[in-house]
Amino acid sequence: MNRLIADDVTLGYDQRVIAEKLSVAIPDNSFTVIVGPNACGKSTLLRALSRMLKPSAGRVLLDGNAIQSMPAKKVAKTLGLLPQSSIAPDGITVGDLVARGRYPHQGLLRQWSEEDERIVDESMASTGVRDLADRYVDELSGGQRQRVWIAMALAQQTPLLLLDEPTTFLDIQHQLDVLDLCARLHEEQGRTLVAVLHDLNHAARYATHLIALRDGAVVAEGAPADVVTAELVERTFGIRCQIIDDPETGTPLVIPAARAGRRAVATAAT
Amino acid sequence: MKALRVKGGFSVRLDVRTTVVVVLLVLAALTAGVVLIGTGDFAIPAGDVVRTLLGDGDAGQEFIINELRLPRVLVGLLVGAALGLGGALFQSIARNPLGSPDVLGLGQGATAGALTMIVLFKGSAVEVAGGALVGGLVTGLAIYLLAWKRGVHGYRLVLVGIGVSAFITAINGYLLTKADFVDAARSVVWMTGSLDGRDWDQVWPLLVLVAVLTPVVLVYGRPLRMLEMGDDTAHALGVPVERTRFALLTASVLLTAAATAAAGPVSFVALTAPQLARRLTRSPGPNLMPSMFMGAALLIVADWGSQRAFGADQLPVGVVTGVLGGVYLLWLLLTQRRAGRV
Repeated sequence: MNRLIADDVTLGYDQRVIAEKLSVAIPDNSFTVIVGPNACGKSTLLRALSRMLKPSAGRVLLDGNAIQSMPAKKVAKTLGLLPQSSIAPDGITVGDLVARGRYPHQGLLRQWSEEDERIVDESMASTGVRDLADRYVDELSGGQRQRVWIAMALAQQTPLLLLDEPTTFLDIQHQLDVLDLCARLHEEQGRTLVAVLHDLNHAARYATHLIALRDGAVVAEGAPADVVTAELVERTFGIRCQIIDDPETGTPLVIPAARAGRRAVATAAT
Repeated sequence: MKALRVKGGFSVRLDVRTTVVVVLLVLAALTAGVVLIGTGDFAIPAGDVVRTLLGDGDAGQEFIINELRLPRVLVGLLVGAALGLGGALFQSIARNPLGSPDVLGLGQGATAGALTMIVLFKGSAVEVAGGALVGGLVTGLAIYLLAWKRGVHGYRLVLVGIGVSAFITAINGYLLTKADFVDAARSVVWMTGSLDGRDWDQVWPLLVLVAVLTPVVLVYGRPLRMLEMGDDTAHALGVPVERTRFALLTASVLLTAAATAAAGPVSFVALTAPQLARRLTRSPGPNLMPSMFMGAALLIVADWGSQRAFGADQLPVGVVTGVLGGVYLLWLLLTQRRAGRV
């Protein structure tokens, strides 16, 4: 079953078409990672899946309904999104920011129930920021801040969570930190995660389902062990490489060819 | 933060500090109002003012208070509240303290409307107010349309507003040079922003507008809080981003234009009130209620100050708020620059 599907969508901004007749199905309970070169349409696809971008043709289906015609709050109870950039308001504490994730579940009269309080607390606990609850968000490190934003998205309590490049701008330790957290959310809480990632090796390690995009079209999709091949990497990213088994996890590990080898590909391609 | 819950599902989250600040600001505004009513060529003790307001004063004081001074103070309170609330909305939507109606040229727009009525049509006070209202609304619409590009973004709004403001200032300068001596004098008085001679005719329309718009704005205050985290995040939380923004911009343009129509472009209240309120509450978010009452208190205190220092009706309140606000704006620019925001 697929709760979230892009069905034959054409995506673009104004006149510029990014993807045409693209179809993608997100397997339920998967940790799906979308990879591809810059400007291949990864983030655009994620925007369409989260109702932020209206496809000019085709439609995105959430639980069988066209997502564009669903009420905003109803979508927000099923599908969460961690955008590439969010703004922490001046002088906001971690606890207050995470509490804002409860917005779609609240109303004018029901603004802060005991359930809200409990879920906010749990979200902070499972992302390891509960101890920071009274700290100001702008005092935190980049890695901590990203965990706080993830906690806010968790407080939304959506079975589906989309993350747009959650590891960009973080150092390697915090990148792994965030990815470990995602893997845990997927394994322990059974959430369906969809993330756009830049690092192919991270994708191969953490994803249960991989979608490779190039020029707005799916090049390959499936379990990383099945789809990450030297041929796929060359077709998707245009670099020659070797694939070896990751000595730590056994997942595919991409070793780009040395400079001379890659230059040969570039010449052959033109 | 304190949770307040009632059986049956009603629950709110109250920031204790913010609540205290709002209560204190309401008290400050009312006290300043009573003092201001007692101030003038014919001084009245505060006790008598309160007694008369409660309908138990002597006939002479009753006339001075209820017919002359009360409407003026009420206009002041309402204008301050409308400017404070409108400013808080604008600054929150623009995500920038400089995105306030003073900087964006709404005041200039209203002035252009008023000057057109004074200089070209020799209009009555009501017609001048109407011209100011229309001028403010048209300017607000122009800024919105010009800044529209897949949604209005903060910096774009501020930059477009500054451009519009410069353009209208030029038009206002032209209108002034066309005016004869009497009209020019009238224009300049209007342009400074003054509460002088305001009566019940100004109170009622403003009161109705503020009474209608305030609840609407407060209901939209929750999605506005979400909008401060960026359009994408707000969207992800289920906020209809563009609709919310349009509704709130319309409300704040209406509030600002109506306030300007009633008292002229009283400068810098819309800029300073939300910033001062935020510093008092130390709370993130648009701080709508605190800004509103801060605006009211600020305007009345400024009016009282100008009357105390220079005698009744000598110095228009707009001069005082302009001087205070200008200094504050410079300070804001300096500190913001240090924080790397401007």
